Amino acid sequence: MKFSKEHEWVKLEGNTATIGITDYAAHQLGDIVFVELPNKGSKFEVNKVFGTIESVKTVSDVYAPMSGEVTEVNDELDANPALVNEDPTGKGWIVKIKISDPKEYDQLLDEAAYKATCE
Amino acid sequence: MTEPLLFELDKKGRRGYALPKLDVPTVDPADHIPTKFLRKQLNMPSLSELETVRHFTRLSRMNHSVDVGFYPLGSCTMKYNPKVNENIARLPGFANIHPHQNANSVQGALKLLKTTEKYLAELTGMDAITLQPAAGAHGELTGLLIIKAYHNKKGNNKKKILIPDSGHGTNPASCTMVGYEVVNIKSDNRGCIDIEDLKANITQDVAGLMITNPNTLGLFDENIGELASLVHSVDGLLYYDGANFNAIMGWTRPGDMGFDVVHLNLHKTFSTPHGGGGPGSGPVGVKAHLKEFLPTPFIIEENNTYSLKNENDDTIGAVLGSLGNFSVIVKALAYMMYNGKEGLKAASAYAVLNANYMMKKLKDTYYVPYDRFCKHEFVISGKTFAKHGVKTLDIAKRLLDFGYHSPTIYFPLIVEEAMMFEPTETESKDTLDGFIDVMEKIAKEAVENSDLLKNAPVTTPVRRLDEATAARKPDINFYRKP
Amino acid sequence: MSTYIPHTSTELQEMLNVIGVKTIDELFAEIPNNLRLNKDLDIPCGMSELEMTRELTSLSEINKTVDKNVCFLGGGAYDHIIPAAIDHLLLRGDFFTAYTPYQPEVSQGTLQCIYEYQSLICSLTGMDQTNASLYEGATANVEAIKMAEAQTGRKKVILLDTINPAYRKVIKTINGAQDTEIITLSFEDGVCDVTKLARAIDDKTAAVIVQYPNFFGCLEDIENIAKMAHEAGALCIVCANPIALAILEAPGNLGADIVTGEGQPLGVPLSFGGPYIGFLAAKKALLRKMPGRIVGKTLDIDGKQGFVLTLQAREQHIRREKAGSNICSNQALVALNTTIYMSLMGAEGLKEVALHCFQKAHYMKSELAKIEKLTVPFTSSFFHEMVIKVPNADSVLKRMEEKGIFAGIALEKYYPNLKDCILLAVTEKRTKSEIDDYCKYLGEALK
Repeated sequence: MKFSKEHEWVKLEGNTATIGITDYAAHQLGDIVFVELPNKGSKFEVNKVFGTIESVKTVSDVYAPMSGEVTEVNDELDANPALVNEDPTGKGWIVKIKISDPKEYDQLLDEAAYKATCE
Repeated sequence: MTEPLLFELDKKGRRGYALPKLDVPTVDPADHIPTKFLRKQLNMPSLSELETVRHFTRLSRMNHSVDVGFYPLGSCTMKYNPKVNENIARLPGFANIHPHQNANSVQGALKLLKTTEKYLAELTGMDAITLQPAAGAHGELTGLLIIKAYHNKKGNNKKKILIPDSGHGTNPASCTMVGYEVVNIKSDNRGCIDIEDLKANITQDVAGLMITNPNTLGLFDENIGELASLVHSVDGLLYYDGANFNAIMGWTRPGDMGFDVVHLNLHKTFSTPHGGGGPGSGPVGVKAHLKEFLPTPFIIEENNTYSLKNENDDTIGAVLGSLGNFSVIVKALAYMMYNGKEGLKAASAYAVLNANYMMKKLKDTYYVPYDRFCKHEFVISGKTFAKHGVKTLDIAKRLLDFGYHSPTIYFPLIVEEAMMFEPTETESKDTLDGFIDVMEKIAKEAVENSDLLKNAPVTTPVRRLDEATAARKPDINFYRKP
Repeated sequence: MSTYIPHTSTELQEMLNVIGVKTIDELFAEIPNNLRLNKDLDIPCGMSELEMTRELTSLSEINKTVDKNVCFLGGGAYDHIIPAAIDHLLLRGDFFTAYTPYQPEVSQGTLQCIYEYQSLICSLTGMDQTNASLYEGATANVEAIKMAEAQTGRKKVILLDTINPAYRKVIKTINGAQDTEIITLSFEDGVCDVTKLARAIDDKTAAVIVQYPNFFGCLEDIENIAKMAHEAGALCIVCANPIALAILEAPGNLGADIVTGEGQPLGVPLSFGGPYIGFLAAKKALLRKMPGRIVGKTLDIDGKQGFVLTLQAREQHIRREKAGSNICSNQALVALNTTIYMSLMGAEGLKEVALHCFQKAHYMKSELAKIEKLTVPFTSSFFHEMVIKVPNADSVLKRMEEKGIFAGIALEKYYPNLKDCILLAVTEKRTKSEIDDYCKYLGEALK
């Protein structure tokens, strides 16, 4: 698993990247009440906003850590946005994308480097 | 204390009001209205008059209000709402006139509006006023539409509005509504606009600068003259957000500081009641070079006769379906007449006195990030209590247990754990002293027994509410359960 | 000094000592001298409560009121009966001197009232949800258009010109400034010209806006208009009269996506145009696009029922420049006014108000039809408002006013092709004898 400076994580399996927000980010946001998901089939460039996450008192954009096309979205978040708080790197995943440039993965941070940015 | 919902008090067959007997021959609606447009069902509870009166009376007792106690909510100017103004607004000659009456039948109302315009122009140092905007945010929108119309007419290609990072949330939101991009300007270590950052952002595409002065920290920006010249040097316009006008009334005027457009909040500075969140009124004033852009109709006075001018070449149009929130304006004029020039100036003087007194007294126990004379409000930070696990929110909630309303919290955004206090001039020294004692007591509790704060409030009709579930599964309509 | 400032001179001195200054003036020292107002304000000196009351009372008495005259004016504001209990409740300081319920634990009164208001408006309009209210009718439509644009990603809206001209003017000013393409369609026989509408709707249309009943009092076929809008992927916004909705089918059951309107008819005083209240209700899919405050029901930590402002992440204080609207307040006290009104009337009472309006208007139409030289230009079904045409409408209106009758609104200034047409409204407050007098004087004026 790798991380972006904007607090997203990426799990790469073949051409498919699963994306969510980090435990740190979920904690900072507090009680998450709504996740605005992109449509299946939409395409995003790296570092562009692809969704928003609302908590009780704040709202935050989610940035694409890699470029690609959305193949799946986590529909369960509609009914249960709290999953992002409870299990941000598991059941709280946000989208899966078919990546367009595998090299972007190398640009992402490893866990230690990411943790350093949070301090 | 829980009050049943109106819908739980429903008993079919009860009536709270009886109409006079129908005195005309009747027709069958089904003969005149196609069946598909005839209503099949209407859900609405039935209560008697007394039950209705009791329900709402009981609900009213679950509110904190200015009439009950101190309400130091910063940037909201929760001053006393004089009772006589309510009587004046309810005079039949004001309450029972229709907006479509001919001008000749509402000369008193038009004169009242014109007089209010004159007084507000004098207080702000502006040349013309529109009373149309229904609230502060609505005034901002109106002012920005005027700024845009000015630049459009001159063929200026302007894209940006500069806003200090201490600004109200409505400022950037209003800019977006008229299609301007927002550029945030930093504050300096005195809490004022960072002149260097402003200079760096002054470019030809700047349409204007939108600020409050004093700002949301309650601090007067003494560089305002220089700020104005900088903005004017690129033909930008200066917008004055009047949320904090209660600090300077009769002492200095936005028009003299170099502002081109001003909005006021009659529900703040001019004592009209906040009504639980509205209605307000947000008149906008402009300098002469922007007069032509004001919304129509204009109220015209000729030989003591008043008429409406409905069209004007350069007007932005209209921002409200009527001339304004008339009865709110009536109350504001009554306030100005009662106080007069000396009373209005004194109101600001004592508002500033009260704020400085409170700040000085609280400085011993709380961290004051900008330690200088404030105007009508000031900001302290709750961050020093973090080591006891206490947040500003906890202090705010504990205040409720003592019968006070909390200050504005977590605003402005540039102060960590912010608490913003605005006592207003109508509060006595006794009230302030009582409140200061409680603030000191709470500070002590935070250190010695922080659970009292974290579990607060306990004396209120309800305790802390589950806002997360409220937002996740919104129950916002009795008839459609989530 | 006004009595609203409670400080004694001793207290003033004590406070100055604590602060460490000699005079209040010193607290203003940082205002540069050249920016100081070094003169008296050009505003009269203060006066006593009695003097002020006398002066403003005489000013108020110059106005001709709907009490001493008979009001057949409508056009968005109506002279309905207002039960006495309402104002007594509104005058409770606990309501009118409170502010926005920022601290819900001490604002349950205001919050629960708003929840009740929301539920009643949803019921009336047949919608899933509404907000805590907006300024008034015109601006409610402005917000509805923005919602439709955000939902569809389109920037063209179609307005029927049977919508209140004042609303259209505000829409043009505010939505127009946000680059909304506004198409206004002219009417046929007082209602929407469906052929023109079919030609105007396309795949760039965000919404069609229709008034129900429309500005002329006529009933538009909102079901058909909604269907046409939906076929093009556009939304249908219905601007409705809340009293009429007591007997007219809820727009939500006829295909409307958003229902807006002016709430003044629900027991709010005329007050020369305000404050009134705009309502905006919508289908569930539009929840996150709704502007303004929304109150939700929840529980406190002891499990007790309570209310909070909710879904706040939509709003300007959080989203700032990314917010869909700059709305920061609601018309809370006016919302309370309408809620108390609906509570007193109940479903039966509200239906009766609507029926009385309907019956009296239809009686009046049949009486007016007997007058020579008077024509009724539109044949559509109507509720309580209608258009009549008489020779020299302006001078007729003037003569009627001399008889103490506000006989209607001359339409020519809004619709140049409706010269000599008058819009008049009949509420439950009008009596048979007032209607008969109207017809009698009008007949005389036309002789």
